[in-house]
Amino acid sequence: MSASELRIMRSREWSRPVRPARREVLSALPQLEEGRPPLLFVPGFGHGAWAFAEHWLGHAASRGFPAYAVSLRGHGGSEPAPEATLRAYAHDVVQVAAGLPRQAVLVGHGAGALVVAHALARYPARGAVLVAPVFGGWGVLGAALRRNPAGTLPAVFGGPLRLNRGQLFSRELPDEEARRYVGRLGRASRRAQWALLGEPEAEPAVGAPPVLVLGSPDDRVVPASTLTRVARRYGSAPLLFPGMGHDVMLDARWAEPIDAILDWLEKEPAAH
Amino acid sequence: MSTSTDHGRPDPEATSSGLGSDGRTVSDRGDTVCVIGAGASGLTAIKNLREHGFGVDCYERETGVGGGWNWRHDRSPVYASTHLISSKPFTQFPDFPMPDSWPDYPHHSQVLSYFERYADHFDLRSHIWFGTEVVRVEPAEGERWDVTTRSTGGYGPERTSRYAAVVIANGHNWSPKLPRYEGLEQFRGEIMHASSYKDPAQLRGKRVLVVGAGNTGCDIAVEAAQQASRCWHSTRRGYWYAPKYVLGRPADQVNDSLLALRVPLRLRQWLYHWTLRLTVGDLTRFGLPKPDHRVYETHPIANSQLVYYVGHGAIGPVPDIARFHPYAVELADGREIDPEVVIFATGYLPRFEFLDASVFGDSAGAGRPTLWLNAFTPGHPTLAVAGLVQPDSGLFTLSHWQTVLFARLLQARRDRPERAVAFASRVRERAGERYSGQVKESSRHWFEVGHADYLRAVQRALVELEGK
Repeated sequence: MSASELRIMRSREWSRPVRPARREVLSALPQLEEGRPPLLFVPGFGHGAWAFAEHWLGHAASRGFPAYAVSLRGHGGSEPAPEATLRAYAHDVVQVAAGLPRQAVLVGHGAGALVVAHALARYPARGAVLVAPVFGGWGVLGAALRRNPAGTLPAVFGGPLRLNRGQLFSRELPDEEARRYVGRLGRASRRAQWALLGEPEAEPAVGAPPVLVLGSPDDRVVPASTLTRVARRYGSAPLLFPGMGHDVMLDARWAEPIDAILDWLEKEPAAH
Repeated sequence: MSTSTDHGRPDPEATSSGLGSDGRTVSDRGDTVCVIGAGASGLTAIKNLREHGFGVDCYERETGVGGGWNWRHDRSPVYASTHLISSKPFTQFPDFPMPDSWPDYPHHSQVLSYFERYADHFDLRSHIWFGTEVVRVEPAEGERWDVTTRSTGGYGPERTSRYAAVVIANGHNWSPKLPRYEGLEQFRGEIMHASSYKDPAQLRGKRVLVVGAGNTGCDIAVEAAQQASRCWHSTRRGYWYAPKYVLGRPADQVNDSLLALRVPLRLRQWLYHWTLRLTVGDLTRFGLPKPDHRVYETHPIANSQLVYYVGHGAIGPVPDIARFHPYAVELADGREIDPEVVIFATGYLPRFEFLDASVFGDSAGAGRPTLWLNAFTPGHPTLAVAGLVQPDSGLFTLSHWQTVLFARLLQARRDRPERAVAFASRVRERAGERYSGQVKESSRHWFEVGHADYLRAVQRALVELEGK
């Protein structure tokens, strides 16, 4: 990280702080406190903290990691926020992270990974995991338009983005479960959706945290080339889980990626 | 969460012993950096040095973190009602925000809990030796430092350790500055410095004279207006009393909107005077002296209530004190008043009693070192002062970036020595630089800085240190 990228002056944030919004935070804590770093899961657009409460929170806790998930404003059980910006989402993540008892590892999924990337510039996380990261750009829009034109096109004009079963899950997941998850999806604000097309790149992370990127080569939202590009930005290669859909935390083989994340945290010296 | 009275016991590993200049045993702490004080600036120094890969030993004379913000500490200047003068975005550390649920201007007890959370969150307590005061800091060979410590209060043996670098973060609001007056010894009423003022109950039903129009003086005058039977407020000159809210937002946030647009000082002053005219109007109408300077030329006073109580007759503005009589105080305009309690809110002076004043280029010993960025000493590249600034906003952000810059300087000394040498020559050239517009001279205002000017200077220093 070069000093020219390190921003000290933040006049806009000082003079126009983000307006607070009530946030939903779900958690699962290990029965025995073992001094492991807390994990904060950040769901992507349309998802709420529930997406992690389904399997991953409990699994992380059972392996000794205190696990929390936040719903970004306007999602899940958090306060409605139709005009929220990407900056407000990042604010929500930093607020929850700084409120945890110890320095946290941020885990972002989908566009939540982009929110985490922005939050990393404002909070020295112990580590970060970007799961199937949606960093925006015209490529992602093109892929989504090809796979699901009816669900994607309205979002371009400020309407809701509607992801379908085929984009999110593999065929292994029982139909009934998949329908239930898709039914729970909400929407991000239109300004945040547009930010995926025109927002400047996230500033470099403070405190040089180790970053792990993982996803599925069969993800129908994030092309494998994007995974490689994002991982290269953080100086590594992506960890791949073939045969899974975009929502790896809900798909049939949800245990594999979370186990890989926890193994990485146990091995990564800087993340202790 | 652990309490603030935890005793840290850093592990004294990697210690080898040698002999100091006068034959004392010196334990060599290798590349470890010593931080003096675990208040706001000391804590952020520990965190940022650790984050940049340095080992840290911090010495704290009290038994908890928070320095002056910890009301349990005997040197703490806070009183029961102390609130922040700057709003949250200007007060918090840039990478550890205060909770959304807190008010715009948090109470001092919230500020203390903020530091305790900061210390726990980043696991800083294990690097702090509590109840240990620093007696001497002396330069040693190889641009290193011998730091001598002992238990607070002077018990137990002294212990000297050698460090690669030292960050002085001992605060500047604990050594009271008391003015001299003719006849003060004969005065039969009660006299105290604002540092011993803790609770409005001390004023209840009494006739009170408050001296000084800093933020503390104004706060105490307002409390006297609410509690005392009579309150006079003596000021040397007229001041601008800024409300804490203007145009529906915290005043400092409005000011920074203008700073962000780089609105010139003159225009900001004009806008400010115009806003005040719309609200409180001409202060001389209340008997307050006319300010002899333009706004932004002295440390800003943020107090919405002072003018309100003056307007209700609960505070009587009076000029400077001429002399004290046994049962009366004579004012500069010849009037005599008869207070029972006189409170001097006349400020504090920085003190570095553990350091030979010549190290700082302060041969007069006036507690007024010659530094660059108020932090770096010519000729001593491994010494930094954190928090010796009096900004027109919160201090903690400034301390954070000072210590980040110092940590990166120490990294450069190891990895790119030529850049550290260039930095040292800039320190020599630019020592004594000021970072504010013209300010009225006083023993405090030499380290007054404008936060925008100052932080831009730190940003430039970082770019010069690391840029291409």
